[in-house]
Amino acid sequence: MKSFYWLVKREFWEHKGGFVTAPIVAGIIALVLNLMLLITTEVLGRRWAGVGKGDSFHTNFDGAFNGDNLVQAGAVLDMTLYGVTFLILGVMAIVVFFYCLGALYDDRRDRSILFWKSLPLSDTNTVLSKAASAVVVAPAIAVVTGVISGLLLMVVVAIFATFHGVPAWRLLMEAHPFRVVFTLLLLLPLYAIWALPTLGWLMLCSAWARSKPFLWAIALPIAAGIVVSWFGLMGLFNRGSGWFWANVVGRLLGSLVPGGWVGQNNELIIMHGHDDPASVLQSLDLAYHYSALANPSTWIGAIAGVAMIAGAIWFRRWRDDS
Amino acid sequence: MTAVVTANGLTKRFKNSVALDGATFQIESGRIVGLIGPNGAGKTTALKAILGLTTFDGHLSVLGLDPRKDRDKLMEQVCFIADVAVLPRWLKVRDAVDFVANTHPRFDRAKCDAFLARTKLQPQQKVKQLSKGMIVQLHLALVMSIDAKLLVLDEPTLGLDILYRKQFYQSLLEDYFDEEKTILVTTHQVEEIEHILTDLMFIRDGKIVLDTDMDSLGERFSEVLVSAELAAAARQLNPLDERQVFGKSIFLFDNVSRPQLESLGEVRRPSIGDLFVATMKGTYA
Repeated sequence: MKSFYWLVKREFWEHKGGFVTAPIVAGIIALVLNLMLLITTEVLGRRWAGVGKGDSFHTNFDGAFNGDNLVQAGAVLDMTLYGVTFLILGVMAIVVFFYCLGALYDDRRDRSILFWKSLPLSDTNTVLSKAASAVVVAPAIAVVTGVISGLLLMVVVAIFATFHGVPAWRLLMEAHPFRVVFTLLLLLPLYAIWALPTLGWLMLCSAWARSKPFLWAIALPIAAGIVVSWFGLMGLFNRGSGWFWANVVGRLLGSLVPGGWVGQNNELIIMHGHDDPASVLQSLDLAYHYSALANPSTWIGAIAGVAMIAGAIWFRRWRDDS
Repeated sequence: MTAVVTANGLTKRFKNSVALDGATFQIESGRIVGLIGPNGAGKTTALKAILGLTTFDGHLSVLGLDPRKDRDKLMEQVCFIADVAVLPRWLKVRDAVDFVANTHPRFDRAKCDAFLARTKLQPQQKVKQLSKGMIVQLHLALVMSIDAKLLVLDEPTLGLDILYRKQFYQSLLEDYFDEEKTILVTTHQVEEIEHILTDLMFIRDGKIVLDTDMDSLGERFSEVLVSAELAAAARQLNPLDERQVFGKSIFLFDNVSRPQLESLGEVRRPSIGDLFVATMKGTYA
């Protein structure tokens, strides 16, 4: 257990730039862009308001805020928090994609694998520590960074709202940052399960490829898809080739995308009349997310992912090219 | 003495070549063994087999364990420096020590700090900022602080300047080696390890062609400086090798009685380098 902790720490040392710096930079960029957008809106709003009839822009806001609208505004703030976090999770997904491809390949290329292999560390622990870094440590860091950036953005939005007569505190009290953070943290296990097929596939390529793991990882599934499509055109399969692209190629390469399970077989039904921010958030609750686990294809993907990780461990043990 | 490594019919085939061809040898504990051979003779493959880094046929037991099956357990007792400069470039000196200290049960941190204090290495330096010689110093400090029964060195000083090379072997002898430990080393710079070896093995085409301890090496092989008129008589005795120096011939003999040789000329103990060249004649032809 102690070794495992240090193995994860090692990954963190090596990839601090990708795991920590990249999400922070993404958060700062998101903040700056939003700030610029808010200022632009303010300036344009005032200009138009000046051109138009009186001070309607301002008064519109003043009048608009009754109790129900405040609930909606709170939901919008919650969505801001989710949105910024998902943006940062997206950046993290790209980082993790390349991390997985290099995890079991880079040290074979620069031969530092010979140093790691001179220590009493099992290959199983080594590979699992890298898998854990990819789908537990990196997403957790991204969520923390995302939540902090989101909270900062919320404060900025609330400050701008005071310019329009909405008290910042009243607005902020309508948001549910704790609930959002809680939901995001509880989604991390689901994310890890969902990401397994891509994680396993990339790590398998990383452990197996003698060179250019990126090319192999991308080319093999796409080539398979093209072959299947071709046979599909020939009418040999009952299922459309679209099924193969979505459920095999897509899951092998795209499962690191945060929230990839949304709308996959567990239809997200947003009824007309219930499409306001608060209702949309309500229908995207934890129960909805976790209903993805009721779908056997999620588990088939996870099992395939675990099998591929086992393959990666085997290659890590026996691949002999250093 | 107990055997640290026992190999019997060790064989490793690649698609179109044989790296190890039934190599058979034994390494006793408390020895410093040099495994010497030309490029492509199977040295590195033999070491990899001992370290459980590759598959092989035949029987091989390292500290009573099969390196294929019990590698994780074996690595607590065995350490290796494979080639120079394999430490990852992003690693900091401080982190390297922390990592080994926390993952290796037989690592002695105080020892390592003492070794590092003798070098110019700084804790916050990254490996990529170090010269090749300093990287080896770091690696050696880490490895010497591990109380391993067997230390395997594969070309540990390749590309280092002579100061670092001398220091490397000197540290090993003075601060590391004792009768509990065994060192197995391969290198092309034979002259530099000649005086520290207790045993010598020559490997050629995947076979062990010479396996002797250094004491009997001096008894078995002799080099004789023979003047021109006695050269014909010397050739009668089946020398391993003959070369000319300043009009005289130097003959290398295997198992010829000493008095007989002394009648021919001045007898000396051959250097490992000369013995190696004589043994490996025709390897690349």
